[in-house]
Amino acid sequence: MIPHVLNVVLFLPLIGMAAVLLARRSDNAARWTGLITSLLTFVVSLELFFSYDAANPAMQFVEKVSWISALNVSYHVGLDGISMLLVVLTTFLTPIVLISSWNSIAKQVPAYVALMLLLETAMIGVFSSLDTFLFYVFWEMILVPMYFIIGIWGGKERIYATVKFFIYTMVGSLLMLIAIIWLGYYASTLPGGEFTTDIIKLFDIAPTIPLDIQSWMFAAFALSFLIKVPAFPLHTWLPDAHVQAPTGGSVILAGVLLKMGTYGLIRFNLQFFPQASLEFASFLSALGVVGIIYGALVSMVQKDVKKLVAYSSVSHMGFILLGIFGVTVEGLQGGLIQMINHGLSTGALFLLVGMIYDRRHTRMIADFGGLARQIPVFSTFFMIVTLSSIGLPGLNGFVGEFLVLLGSFNSPVLDSPWYVIFAATGVVFAAVYMLWMFQRVVFGVSRSEENKKLTDLTTREIGLLLPVILFIVWIGVYPFTFLQKSEPTIQRVVEKLEQVQRGELLSTTVSDQ
Amino acid sequence: MEQLLTDTWLTAPIGGTILLSLIVIMINALKKDSLAAEYWVSLIGIAANIVLAVVVFPDRGTAFSGMVMTGGYASITAILFLTAAGLTILLSREYIEKIGVNFGEFYHLILLATTGMMTFSAGTDLVVTFIGLELMSISLYVLAGISRRHHKGNEAALKYFLLGAFASGFFLYGIALIYGMTSTTNILEIAQNMQAYMSEPLFLTGVGLLLVGFAFKVGAVPFHMWVPDVYEGSPTMVSAFMSTGAKASAFTAFLLIFTATFDIAGTQINTVLAILAVASMVIGNVVALSQNNIKRMLAYSSIAHAGYMLIGLTAGGMMSITGVLFYLISYMFTNIGAFGIAAIIENKEQGGTEIDNFRGLYYRHPALAVMMSIFMFSLVGLPPLAGFFGKYYIFVAAIENGYTWLTIIGVITSMISVYYYLRVVVVMFFQTDEEAEKSSLASSSVFALLLSAAGVLLIGVFPSMVLDWMSRLF
Repeated sequence: MIPHVLNVVLFLPLIGMAAVLLARRSDNAARWTGLITSLLTFVVSLELFFSYDAANPAMQFVEKVSWISALNVSYHVGLDGISMLLVVLTTFLTPIVLISSWNSIAKQVPAYVALMLLLETAMIGVFSSLDTFLFYVFWEMILVPMYFIIGIWGGKERIYATVKFFIYTMVGSLLMLIAIIWLGYYASTLPGGEFTTDIIKLFDIAPTIPLDIQSWMFAAFALSFLIKVPAFPLHTWLPDAHVQAPTGGSVILAGVLLKMGTYGLIRFNLQFFPQASLEFASFLSALGVVGIIYGALVSMVQKDVKKLVAYSSVSHMGFILLGIFGVTVEGLQGGLIQMINHGLSTGALFLLVGMIYDRRHTRMIADFGGLARQIPVFSTFFMIVTLSSIGLPGLNGFVGEFLVLLGSFNSPVLDSPWYVIFAATGVVFAAVYMLWMFQRVVFGVSRSEENKKLTDLTTREIGLLLPVILFIVWIGVYPFTFLQKSEPTIQRVVEKLEQVQRGELLSTTVSDQ
Repeated sequence: MEQLLTDTWLTAPIGGTILLSLIVIMINALKKDSLAAEYWVSLIGIAANIVLAVVVFPDRGTAFSGMVMTGGYASITAILFLTAAGLTILLSREYIEKIGVNFGEFYHLILLATTGMMTFSAGTDLVVTFIGLELMSISLYVLAGISRRHHKGNEAALKYFLLGAFASGFFLYGIALIYGMTSTTNILEIAQNMQAYMSEPLFLTGVGLLLVGFAFKVGAVPFHMWVPDVYEGSPTMVSAFMSTGAKASAFTAFLLIFTATFDIAGTQINTVLAILAVASMVIGNVVALSQNNIKRMLAYSSIAHAGYMLIGLTAGGMMSITGVLFYLISYMFTNIGAFGIAAIIENKEQGGTEIDNFRGLYYRHPALAVMMSIFMFSLVGLPPLAGFFGKYYIFVAAIENGYTWLTIIGVITSMISVYYYLRVVVVMFFQTDEEAEKSSLASSSVFALLLSAAGVLLIGVFPSMVLDWMSRLF
């Protein structure tokens, strides 16, 4: 048992960042410091996973210290079943990203490692904050390191992409800031209430907001999160950012940053504004379905592998959206596991695309072909990950998509099979675009002489892919390990929404705890 | 006699600063090559006056028969102006030598202007307020044109002087009308009968004229025309001092008279303030988008920030006073830092104030580029920097007082501002300049910049450090 384990996980990367900046003379020192810090963080975060008490749906590992007393803001963090899994996903992906950038990032190495570690702290902070002010601080803190990672180490159009990324996110989050303040103000207008940003208190307070205002609050939060997800039609920053970002940036972006959006939808939209959630559920599910089909269709015509993977993210994130707003235990569980799946599969796809790009300096499908014979190890990994992304039974993608579709089909809120009927076509499309791409890249004859010179994966590259593959198979075969951790939490979320739907929770008195 | 001594002691920061400015000008007159001596005397004197302001902080009240405030609010504002002056002097040492205005009068005028600022924002009698305003303004007119051979500087000084004199005229006329109605110039006495006066058109006209004077001094739209030209033409460090010290002083006086004393919340004047706030935020931010000169960009940004602070004045109440004060402190650190770096670039690097002159700065002076980014992100309002918390506090105050619509306009204009602040970061980090040479930096400038950056970070992460002091303002 480690005391204050969540604090350790949260601030260890920050300490690592300071160390990297102090030792900035040598690139290798920076790489090693970063790797050791992030591995240590991962090991410590395993404690979160193993000692998390699944039977208890309340927040665990809670830390609370008063921070800004004038505004009643505290440093208040804690994890439930949803956020715990996402924190572990973050700590798992960060060392992999650092290893993957070992050689491909050659300039300004200490700065890169420092920014990655800062990003890690901010991401863990987003998932573990139990105070809206603190959440907002971490939410915005993500922007700066990501902005620099794309801007300094990105491709040709990096400036356009990174500024677009920054502005899109800011647009959403500033309106969320108003909503955060308004929630605090609303708490102070209640009898005996005071201005508060405490999420635990707001869980009780926010649902009592009258529906018309609740809808505005819901919209302010949802806009911010839907941009991040990204849901159609707010997704246009994503392909640009992904294509221009260096491999490590893409992996973090797809693996963790997008999940902040779906996490926020569950944590804030569903839990703060249950009535408005029910009102908006069909609309947002429909957006999810549109995203699934749109993302898949656009992926199909891409010539650039990385862009294809980026658009496939839009499609996959659509499933998560559908799962969340079906508001059933299966759908939400599927959505959550799909968040992790997408982090693993798409993360791995970006890693593989990055590896081939490092060798060939192109990502055009047309330039490849016949890789199976030339670099078989690469092709094998590529195939496993592709199949996982398609949702082949036995691998992780299937579990998530199946649960989402099941949940939406049974959903009393959506109450229509059409969502599932359309969403299921997305599964078919996914098979089409992924397999077609895979076939053109890996099979057939080589379309360029340069492909003959390609070398297969190094030990380092195999080493960083193996853990990802392990979890891809694990979740595919035995998802219960992960699902059981989050089930009670999700059950509680759904129960509350069901109560609201039956009209029971409307006249709740505010409990001042 | 005893009363006189007590009052003198309680207003010691003001007296101390004017004494200091006299000492500095005496050194200048009596000693040859005295620049170094004046520099050190000014810095030490400023530090001593800050200590004085801290010591008299608990004695909240008024002195000299209710003419000036002491302790609390007056102390905090005094510390704010003195810090701004200190940072300006630290950053100016090298700068004024480079641009050839290394006259001893420079320090003297900065200190004189600081005295004016302290008087301006502590005056509880409109005559005292006016004296402070003029002392500050006249010193700044001279400072704006101190680079005598520089025609843009001359233009800036003349423009500032003519428009400033015009604004002072409005201000004075307002005082005259208020005096005509109330037969007093003491704002505390006026406040006691506020209800009765508010229905008098003549009194309202007087207050309106005061408002025009203030709006001019804080650079709010539509009285902002002078800001870009003066900031661009004046020596960069003088612009830094104007945009932080002078603006803060006008705002704190504005707050003291309109929000803390007259308590105009819920009157017609409030509507005017709301309109000024919206116009400043929109025009400041939109016009800043198209600026290529860093000083003009910062000038329009300062107009926009005046708009954010006017949200606080519109909302009213203690919360707003605290919020605006916090905003001013964070803005002081941020803007002195940003202008300070602009001054270094202007002299050291390619010798210009275009944003393009920052190209590839990160690859020559990583520390400068990182600090400039901190300042830019703080101006954007990104947590956990001070600029964010200032905005947050003002927005909380506005929403609690029913001005949610103003905060929505505030955040929409903030979104616009992201673009031009980021542009500076883009050229520093994402572009490179092969030709530029790496130059050395003066340690005094680096020290001042580090102080500013540390200030932006520290009071951003731990705003309670400042807020705790502000719970005892009046």
